[in-house]
Amino acid sequence: MTILKTLSASVSALALGTGVAVAEPALIFDLGGKFDKSFNEAAYNGAERWKAETGGDYRDIEMQSAAQRVQFTRRMAESGANPIVVLGFQNAPTLEEVAPDYPDTSFVLIDAVADLPNVRSVIFAEHQGSYLVGMLAAMASESNTISFVGGMEIPLISAFACGYAQGAKAVNPDMEVIVNYTGNTPDAWNDPVRGGEIARGQVSQGSDVVFAAAGGTGLGVLQAAADAGVYSIGVDSNQNYLHPGSVLTSMLKRVDQAVYDAFSEGPGLETGIVTMDLSANGVGYAVDDNNAELITAEMQAEVEAAREAIIAGETMVHDYRSDSTCPAF
Amino acid sequence: MDMATFAQVLDSTLRLATPLLFACLAGLISERAGIFDIGLEGKMLAAAFLAAAIAFVSGNVWLGVLAGIAVSVCMSLIHGVASITFRGNQLISGVAINFLAAGITVVIAQRWFQQGGRTPSLTGDARMAPLELPFAEALADVPVLGPVYGIFSGHALLVYVAFLCVPATWFLLFRTRFGLRLRAVGENPAAVDTAGISVIGMRYGAVAICGVLCGLAGAYLSTGLSAGFVKDMSAGRGYIALAAMIFAKWRPWHAMGAVLLFGLLEAVANRFQSIEIMGLALPIQVMQALPYILTVVILAGFVGRAIPPRAGGSPYVKEH
Repeated sequence: MTILKTLSASVSALALGTGVAVAEPALIFDLGGKFDKSFNEAAYNGAERWKAETGGDYRDIEMQSAAQRVQFTRRMAESGANPIVVLGFQNAPTLEEVAPDYPDTSFVLIDAVADLPNVRSVIFAEHQGSYLVGMLAAMASESNTISFVGGMEIPLISAFACGYAQGAKAVNPDMEVIVNYTGNTPDAWNDPVRGGEIARGQVSQGSDVVFAAAGGTGLGVLQAAADAGVYSIGVDSNQNYLHPGSVLTSMLKRVDQAVYDAFSEGPGLETGIVTMDLSANGVGYAVDDNNAELITAEMQAEVEAAREAIIAGETMVHDYRSDSTCPAF
Repeated sequence: MDMATFAQVLDSTLRLATPLLFACLAGLISERAGIFDIGLEGKMLAAAFLAAAIAFVSGNVWLGVLAGIAVSVCMSLIHGVASITFRGNQLISGVAINFLAAGITVVIAQRWFQQGGRTPSLTGDARMAPLELPFAEALADVPVLGPVYGIFSGHALLVYVAFLCVPATWFLLFRTRFGLRLRAVGENPAAVDTAGISVIGMRYGAVAICGVLCGLAGAYLSTGLSAGFVKDMSAGRGYIALAAMIFAKWRPWHAMGAVLLFGLLEAVANRFQSIEIMGLALPIQVMQALPYILTVVILAGFVGRAIPPRAGGSPYVKEH
């Protein structure tokens, strides 16, 4: 009898367990993969932090090709996961197609806007973060020439370049800023060889600080900068540890925070557009043991002052995406 | 364009042309023997991964290169078994090799290093060191000669190996008995068989050489040009090499010219965001598309005709 009791108790516990598990949150990684040391990995870290703190569990899946966007998102919604965080600027059309079919599921779109009642769109003020690292670059540069390597040539990446140039020119109006993009196909996110060659070309043009906003391609850029003995700047995640002493800083994009917030709020989270800017600590620059010697107290003081000014609205950083032009070029 | 810029672009051209040259010669030898090889890309990728992985683990880049060659030859032999022994479709087998390499490299890398399908960054002896040619230092200040010599100096050993492979391939194909037979196998295998030479054996020999060259291409990508493996890092270079091979009409010296041209286009596209030619601003996209456009032009017969080896693509069936 007792055995039967224990059994039925554990069965009901299991049933309860699955009942809870159905509402577990989900994360859909974009092309580039979970461990890209950059954008997707930041999201992964946020999800892992939530898991460690709450003891909850989440599902995740990695997109392998652009054709799977709708299929994977739909499958995740079908499985009952809630909320579902979808990473990547190319997923706005995906959610416009899928989200209306699952009105009871909350979706979170990162890096793009989809105007739907059950979608929260999280966008980052990359131009503001890039402005700050642009200032640091200009202060660290001795040749008065700095450069930028982008991944695909898209408005999002141009916003990085534009903010970077504005920050550099705020420090020194005569600063020369060289801008190159890796390509126009998704290959451009995973081509460290080409990234390295572009960086070498920029160094030969006199650049002594190279900012890479190019996913896996950026690893080749940081490597080439370290080999050439110049500074580089990482992106999205903190990449300072990759080449200590050579990576000047990293432009942080707190995708981890956005994912953590979404998971914490759970199903029925507040929808609409959330802007992760400097005031929300959504973007910033990284200072840790690996680059503490490179960022002097004066540099940091100046950048902090600029940060306050941007938050207070005294300094306006132009967003390339607003009108597809950049005043700094 | 000033002299320094010019030298930098040519320097970059040599580096970028090297993996293309290895892969192009690999495809050339295989196709001259009648085995089409779409799988250059996959073999390069697999070799790039294993070369970086073994170089990292052992701390010796040359062990890595050997491992890269080994895995590439293995994949070549898979292609050989499928298309020579079992007479399967060579294009499909090649595509399968590409998919296999793209998937398996990431899976193994993740299992092995837990860094998200990449190898850790290589340092020190695990990377290919640049090789300074003799007198490069002394000549550096000599006008004209110095910078020109500087372009050729300071590359990894494999760059020089790649360019030495060109005369070697030419000699092998056109001045040796093995080469004569290899070309004959690609043109008229029945005649070779009649002469008492094993068509199967010749073709296996060709795909094995193809594997060695692809292995060198991949190893150079991950240990020479960059410092470690990243998923899909071959980034279409295998296909560009195929285009170069057709552009060169399956001839070794012309292949060198073709890959240098394609390398130059990539180097220029990397250096400049747009090029002004006679007042017309050419975006870099044009430069990136040019290798393919040129190949289509050649294939369409505007500049001579590109005729592949006659028995290419068809498995040899012995008459009974």
